[in-house]
Amino acid sequence: MAIEFDNNLPIYLQVMDYIKKQIIAGHLKPGDKIISVREMAAELQINPNTIQRTFQELERELIVETRRGLGRYVTSEETKIMEIKKDMASNLLDHFIQGMQELGFDNVDIVKIVAHAVNESNDEQE
Amino acid sequence: MKPILEFRDVVKKYGAKTAVNQVSFQIQPGKIVGLLGSNGSGKSTMMKIAAGITHPTSGQVLIDGIAAGIETKVITSFMPDSSLTEDWMKVKDAIAFYQDNYADFDPAKAKDMLDFMKLNNNDRVNILSKGMKERLQLTLTLSRNAKLYMLDEPIGGVDPVARGKILDAIVEYYNEESSIVISTHLLQDIERIFDEVILVKNGKLLLQDEVENIRINHKKSIDELFKEVYAEC
Repeated sequence: MAIEFDNNLPIYLQVMDYIKKQIIAGHLKPGDKIISVREMAAELQINPNTIQRTFQELERELIVETRRGLGRYVTSEETKIMEIKKDMASNLLDHFIQGMQELGFDNVDIVKIVAHAVNESNDEQE
Repeated sequence: MKPILEFRDVVKKYGAKTAVNQVSFQIQPGKIVGLLGSNGSGKSTMMKIAAGITHPTSGQVLIDGIAAGIETKVITSFMPDSSLTEDWMKVKDAIAFYQDNYADFDPAKAKDMLDFMKLNNNDRVNILSKGMKERLQLTLTLSRNAKLYMLDEPIGGVDPVARGKILDAIVEYYNEESSIVISTHLLQDIERIFDEVILVKNGKLLLQDEVENIRINHKKSIDELFKEVYAEC
């Protein structure tokens, strides 16, 4: 497990994103047990209270659930996981669109450029 | 909650020089706190006062509610930036020495930490590299079951591998009922293990805040904030 941290941003948000990505990518499956605060703190070399906060926020977002006496688990609700996937995708898109607009591209151009780029990457894969 | 460490209007003068000037703060249990400042800002003096090694000229210092002094030494584990061991010692002698001197020394924890740190019982202390020496110092300091741990520049002058190992050990071996104060001016790797930082400059307290708050409010890392604050030094 490795995260390239950006110390300019709150660490707990970066760990939250990391865990969400793990879930979306299927490295953490619905209903999987999550390692303890301490283990994760040691692995990532960050403050245990920061991990605690990460989990609290993930619980608040219903992505992680605590079962008393057993530990923390990834939600088993697939709809929740789809929701995270959509959220993260729309965040990426917002950033991208904003960045392109700042470069002076209008919406039509942006769509064209994206279509072109997607085709190119398809060609490369074939 | 009762703070583990509290400074109340602490002043420390060395002759005409004021090393610590009207400093007040509290540190709660379970926190890892960075004590930050450039050289000569008063960090080490503050640590020595909290360790009960030197006394403030005025003001009060409380450890778990008790005035800092001989009584609080039993609940305070201090790693100074000078050596804790003697040259003739082997690693095992240093451990035995600590065990003899501190009732709260936990031999099982020490053994565990020695393995973790890849330290060898039969190595002589004076042939250890700087990084290995720091690992030993940290092992001795953290193997006590104290309330307050104070580490003065634990990663100063050690290579990145040893630094990583030392940070790992701090996260791995600290316990939630105690607090750790770490003085440093090397922030890049270490700032992620802090809950809070205290910034001191010319003996005065500039700021005490949670590191995540600083990142949220200033949109910058502690390292960058530090460079800004101390730029003119």
